[in-house]
Amino acid sequence: MTKTIRVQYFALLRDQRGLADEKLATAADTPAGLYAELRARHGFTLPVEQLRVAMNDEFAPWDAPLHDGDALVFIPPVAGG
Amino acid sequence: MFKISPTPFDLDRLRRELAHPRAGALATFEGLVRDHNDGQPVRSLEYEAFVPLAEKEGARILGEARERFSLLGAICFHRTGHLRIGDLAVWVGVTAEHRAAAFDACRHIIDEVKARVPIWKREHYAGGASAWVNGATRGESAASVPPNFG
Repeated sequence: MTKTIRVQYFALLRDQRGLADEKLATAADTPAGLYAELRARHGFTLPVEQLRVAMNDEFAPWDAPLHDGDALVFIPPVAGG
Repeated sequence: MFKISPTPFDLDRLRRELAHPRAGALATFEGLVRDHNDGQPVRSLEYEAFVPLAEKEGARILGEARERFSLLGAICFHRTGHLRIGDLAVWVGVTAEHRAAAFDACRHIIDEVKARVPIWKREHYAGGASAWVNGATRGESAASVPPNFG
């Protein structure tokens, strides 16, 4: 089933996507599936192993079920401090 | 209290908020923008954060530290935006009854913030090039990439 997902991009992923934010339709069932789809489409260089994912403003497992209206952020390697 | 701030911090106010009658020690850490990294001259830095989750994860780090080191208070502020050499990028302040716990907690907090909080740093180099600093994200669902502390 197709879902509408909001994705926000930061840092390297924002540069590679050319956008900070988008709503998109996907048939992916999990954040892992959606990242694979977006990586193939946009040529993201970061492998999923180097990322974490947040769903609705909280860290989530890569195999969490995606629901219509979820907000996702793929989190590149952090570098605060 | 953990805050992401697009503007400079009021250090006097942060210090006052940490005041506690049982405190015998206040330890602080100030992280500054330096003019080089990995042998490259750096002209300025740009920080960005995923604010809602950064503040949640930062608050968890402070809560864990309060418990582990029996702190009386703990505050961390992290800047976002474009910073110049010498600017204050991050401030950690903790109070405890004795100095050992205060020093240890301060170090622990900044190490955890660097490894866990969704904040990113872009270095701008002399000559106009720039690059996102490739740190590593540690966490329950992250791969075990060794942290690259700057």
